[in-house]
Amino acid sequence: MLIIEKSGLQTSVQDLGRPGFQQYGVVAGGAMDPYSHRVANLLAGNSETCATIEAALAGPSIRFEMDSLIALAGGDLSPGIDGEPVPMWRPVAVKAGAVLTFGKPVSGCRVYIAVAGGIDVPEVMGSRSTYTKARIGGVEGRCLKKGDMLQAGKPSILAKHWAATALSKAGERQFCAADWSVSDELVPRYGNQAEIRMMKGPQHRWFDEESRSLFFSGTFTVSSESDRMGYRLKGDALRLSEPRELLSEGVVAGAVQVPSGGSPILLMADRQTTGGYPKIGQAASVDLPLVAQLQPGAQLRFKEVSVDEAQQLLIQRKKRLAELKLAVELKMKGV
Amino acid sequence: MELNYHPLGDGAIVVTAGESISDETTALVRAIAEAITRAEIHGVSDVIQAYVTVTVCYDAEGGMTYRTMEKRLREILSDVRPAGKGEGRTVEIPVCYGGEFGPDLAFVADHNGLTEEEVIRIHSGTTYDVKMIGFAPGFPFLGGMDERIAAPRRPSPRLEIPARTVGIAGAQTGVYPIGTPGGWQLIGRTPVELFLPDQEIPSLLRPGDQVRFRPITTEEYKKMEVDRHAHH
Repeated sequence: MLIIEKSGLQTSVQDLGRPGFQQYGVVAGGAMDPYSHRVANLLAGNSETCATIEAALAGPSIRFEMDSLIALAGGDLSPGIDGEPVPMWRPVAVKAGAVLTFGKPVSGCRVYIAVAGGIDVPEVMGSRSTYTKARIGGVEGRCLKKGDMLQAGKPSILAKHWAATALSKAGERQFCAADWSVSDELVPRYGNQAEIRMMKGPQHRWFDEESRSLFFSGTFTVSSESDRMGYRLKGDALRLSEPRELLSEGVVAGAVQVPSGGSPILLMADRQTTGGYPKIGQAASVDLPLVAQLQPGAQLRFKEVSVDEAQQLLIQRKKRLAELKLAVELKMKGV
Repeated sequence: MELNYHPLGDGAIVVTAGESISDETTALVRAIAEAITRAEIHGVSDVIQAYVTVTVCYDAEGGMTYRTMEKRLREILSDVRPAGKGEGRTVEIPVCYGGEFGPDLAFVADHNGLTEEEVIRIHSGTTYDVKMIGFAPGFPFLGGMDERIAAPRRPSPRLEIPARTVGIAGAQTGVYPIGTPGGWQLIGRTPVELFLPDQEIPSLLRPGDQVRFRPITTEEYKKMEVDRHAHH
């Protein structure tokens, strides 16, 4: 059992979302940074599809009622237990009674807290992801609040064994982190600037020449009106070459829509399923986790890639995650 | 018109069936969506039907490429024909018009030089087509509203419109399945849920359905609402 002692900001239960219902207007949703979500799960001995806790900028305080194995990935929001910093991107065995807290955001924006066995809330339409607008998933379809109690599922035998061994060596300390972590090249560098790989959107040619060139050469700033639905970007206005109306059509995460005001909106996990603004670009899925880690005020630039390249990058990343899964198993077995 | 295929990033492909809304395009879009769904292509997660397009989401990480996807769709859709009329269902939605549920009914009437009763008669005397579902879970984009009851959006949107409210915006009418902010003129509310998260198909309405609104009294509304809760 996990008890939420402090809610933090926009803290919610998320998994990889609920695809398959977009034709009924239900967004796929899920973790804003699915990469960190997946890595955290693997490090906790879980499958990538288990539910984790996502928190933005100000993390929650969570008390563990029993010995647990956890892993943190994503933005560094200064995690700690009992006044001592808790390392990220590696398994951490936690004693019953320990309280995980967060401090100021050091880098990135969103942290994922995986617990061995996964967060066990009821599935709604095949997913545990919280979608607050429709009040479904997670805990009563809302963000977590003080006093919420969450159950973890059954940890893998390996995770349980590893945690028990680690805690037997913890002594007086409330937790024991692994002396190994994921390799450096698997840990993204989050900063105030990001270069996001981007394909041309279906209405790219609707924009005037200057806007088309600005899109791939200019710098955009993440505005404070950015949330799980989308990031509003500030920069030079992007204009159509002539007024034109788009009939609403299906949109997906990563689409860069441009309303008539000229300021683009980069759609994220909880976007609507259809939209009527022209799409000048479509971010490579492999880079959406980096967008999810940008704080308001951060700057981003877009670098053009082809659909082929973007798809190759996804396959490469999948391979690396599969290798990580194997490596974690070997490490936990003590091989 | 020949079908058009283009990528929407690395995980979706858009099939375009026309340039403007017409009964024929609607029927063709529906036939395209049905053919793709029926083909049960491995790695396809969503088939999103809209006014003139169908967007197909697929799992590129699992190895599906754009080229393969486009080729598959071209095969499946090589002889697709517009779906026949009358194949969809007709769904009746009871509505309690006016009063606390429809605070803008008087405005819509005034704006069009009609009485409230006339607005209700026109609104409930029309058969609407579900063109697409989007914007919110279970939200139908309805075609066919009588222009005599058209009304502009409110100058500033309401912060919260209760779930199941029926509204008018310009020449469109719709029902909000979930509570949401919005600028529509509100004319009534239905006791029937449009978003059904615990059902296999989580939406009361589907593209291709026809919709009729049936006026009910406040008493009927309350009784139906009690019955609905009894089911849960």
